[in-house]
Amino acid sequence: MVENFRNQDRYESVGRNVDRKEGMSKVTGQAKYVDDLNFEGMIYGRTIRSEIPRGKIKAIHLEFDTEGFTIVDYRDIPGKNLIALIQDDQPCLVESEINHADEPILLLAHPEKEKLLEAKVRIETISEIPVLDPLQSGKIFKEILISKGDIEAGFGLADRIVEGEYRTGHQEHVYIEPNGMIAVPTPDGAITVYGSLQCPYYVHGALMVLLGVPETKVRVVQTETGGGFGGKEDYPSIIACHAALLALKSGRPTKIVYDRVEDMQATTRRHPAIVRHRTGVAADGTLLSMDVEVIMDGGAYCTLSPVVLSRGVIHATGPYRCDNVRIRGRVVHTNTPPNGAFRGFGAPQTLFASEVHLDRIAHTLGLDPIEIREKNAFRPGDVTATGQVLPEDTSALQVLREALKKSDYYNIRKKIGTQAKRGVGVALYWHGSGFTGAGEVKLASKATLELLPSGAKVRVASTEIGQGTRTMLAQIVAQTLGWSYDSIEVSPADTAVVPDSGPTVASRTCMIVGRLLQRCAEEMRFRIGNLTPKQYLEKHGPLEITKVYEKPPAIQWDDEHYRGDAYGTYGWGCNVVDLEWDAVTYEVKVKKVIAVFDIGKAIHPIFAAGQIEGGTAQAIGYALHEEVVMRNGRVANPQLTNYIIPTTMDTPPIEAVIVENSYRFGPFGAKGVGEMPMDGPAAAIVNALFAAGVDVREIPATPERIMEAVCYSR
Amino acid sequence: MLFTLNGKITEVSAPSMKRLLDVLREDCGLTGTKEGCGEGECGACTVLVDGLPINSCLVPFGQVQNADVKTIEGLIGHTDLQKAFVSECGAQCGICTPGMILMAAPLVERAQAEGRIPALAEVQETLAGNLCRCTGYVAIYRAIQTACGAKSEQASVISGENG
Repeated sequence: MVENFRNQDRYESVGRNVDRKEGMSKVTGQAKYVDDLNFEGMIYGRTIRSEIPRGKIKAIHLEFDTEGFTIVDYRDIPGKNLIALIQDDQPCLVESEINHADEPILLLAHPEKEKLLEAKVRIETISEIPVLDPLQSGKIFKEILISKGDIEAGFGLADRIVEGEYRTGHQEHVYIEPNGMIAVPTPDGAITVYGSLQCPYYVHGALMVLLGVPETKVRVVQTETGGGFGGKEDYPSIIACHAALLALKSGRPTKIVYDRVEDMQATTRRHPAIVRHRTGVAADGTLLSMDVEVIMDGGAYCTLSPVVLSRGVIHATGPYRCDNVRIRGRVVHTNTPPNGAFRGFGAPQTLFASEVHLDRIAHTLGLDPIEIREKNAFRPGDVTATGQVLPEDTSALQVLREALKKSDYYNIRKKIGTQAKRGVGVALYWHGSGFTGAGEVKLASKATLELLPSGAKVRVASTEIGQGTRTMLAQIVAQTLGWSYDSIEVSPADTAVVPDSGPTVASRTCMIVGRLLQRCAEEMRFRIGNLTPKQYLEKHGPLEITKVYEKPPAIQWDDEHYRGDAYGTYGWGCNVVDLEWDAVTYEVKVKKVIAVFDIGKAIHPIFAAGQIEGGTAQAIGYALHEEVVMRNGRVANPQLTNYIIPTTMDTPPIEAVIVENSYRFGPFGAKGVGEMPMDGPAAAIVNALFAAGVDVREIPATPERIMEAVCYSR
Repeated sequence: MLFTLNGKITEVSAPSMKRLLDVLREDCGLTGTKEGCGEGECGACTVLVDGLPINSCLVPFGQVQNADVKTIEGLIGHTDLQKAFVSECGAQCGICTPGMILMAAPLVERAQAEGRIPALAEVQETLAGNLCRCTGYVAIYRAIQTACGAKSEQASVISGENG
């Protein structure tokens, strides 16, 4: 028995491609997603929304027989009419002032779906002129200044000053499972919410404020979740609040599941951005001064915009050293549906700009794009714009060189020669792992490990949304204990049984929560000594170990001045893209993408590669196909028929390479991986287009934009 | 109305214009068939009707009278393809997985019978109507090809120079 639990060689887990914990249930159709659940007496909920982007409600007309319906408006909210997040500005239901199209006003519920959908509600409104252009907005949610050295002095030394403006559009998450929640009231006035979500405690917190109840009266349970990508970070709180109000008023379990159109119209998207660069360079390509301005469109309410901006501006220099830097960022209000978290969280926008701009600088100076990257890329010990001294695992140069080797970059370039309409492009980038600045300290995340007779059980609020949380955390625990992977169970993310491990975002689950569990497992191993779990439990009774986040000692951050260690460490990534474009249709065909990432340690190599492959495909969509068309502040293409994500026919071969430069404070050296693959492919594609004679500076680089760029440059 | 569902003759009383997807999920309690878009774009609701993959969100129930309908629940005994989806990580979030598996199943069955590994282009074309947002399709191709006997080839891992 002891042997079963103590054979390190036999039970090596980390670095092995073990089977996904819930793999069989997913391939047999047994996994239960929110819409697969039904409760006794359950009714269905529907949200009535504004059709105008700005104005006031004059009257609400219920043009249907209300018999059998549950109807909820803002007056039914027992606590605050508020979706609690960063700023207290977003109501759960409109009282009178409409701030964006598709804003929730009224909730209906009925036992029969057909009756529910037939119910006609007419909202009489007085329209006001909306603010739709972020450059015309007078309201700023957050402004950030990062300053290092003296940019004017830097410009004074420069041989050339290169300027450019780059734009990125909205992007839809298009998780294949739309958002949904079921709220179940209990006789004692408490509520349990089941749903598709990333962050159980965000939903939990929002419900407490809305309902004005203590934490014991709210329980949130994650159901199997069909993709998130940030899209189920903040918005699920809103749906949970709506379902809870209907459930409390009707006294019945209430299900709200959005259809695709509602999901694409009403829920969050990636922030569009305008990024302006002014860069002073020496003739040999040395970066002497960087002045960057970042403007993001936050939409109608603050949501997570300040932190999206924060990650965006910190990454805005790209992975390059420069003594004189000024980065000014602002995220502003417009009368459009609020933008929120999306994989990469501000960094894909600013890294697109920095990498595309760098190729324009190289072109201006007559330098090779690789040469200018080699010259300026961060090395260990270099100092970032916030003043962070980069750690030993800084590997920009290694990922660049691996990507060039893997792609056979120089030979392809030679082969292409001056061949028109084919080009190869590179993007080099970095991505901070975990929450920005003092974020992890403020979160003070917890993780619990419980001893079972058969092994141990992980209890965390970190959610499995496809990326492999359950499996990867079990691997870390198994390896630390020296037990088999199968002996480790993972609890459902249910706030009744798991502590608050923080949200499942920011590429933090493996590095931060994995490390917490590793510490739990280290202590458990010490405590039980040579006993088997069964022997220990018989002799000493239950054993449960909880650990709280501890900041690595050297990390310091000054949030007021944006100085210090912005992240514990960084992942490093490089793409090489080979593509051609069609002179008749202006369509782009990507032939191949190489994706090299330093992630510290691949706990589960194929899962890590899966993050790279999937993130790269999303980024290809962002670069070329995915255009959110807004008309008068409302999404005009909220369907998969006219919002195009990459299919098998659009997705080129993607070759993932993982590099392991370990991080001292990550479990087995691991850093974050989830978001980083989203950061670079768009720039590499646009740079490849530039090499092929097309100068586009805005994504998505649709055939229309490419045609414009080609015709304009002639 | 009578039809064959996963090998059993089944009688369901539902409006003939009700979507097959809803009949399967609501009237038959088989929730393995998923709804992703409701307009035939994503393929999450793929089921086999008389052996051919269709989008069950676009098919009225009345059309499957006397037909043979197979859903993910009807794949008995964990096929090679299902096992390969687990071992090759072809399923991440899993919501597109039942549809992907049913779309690929006829191809895999054919290829296995012919003792060949389908070419990548053939796999891509087969799956062109099924969207996956997690995997970039790479692991799905690998799962299908390994189910037909291909050797599994996975990402390379390189040690660091600095850390």
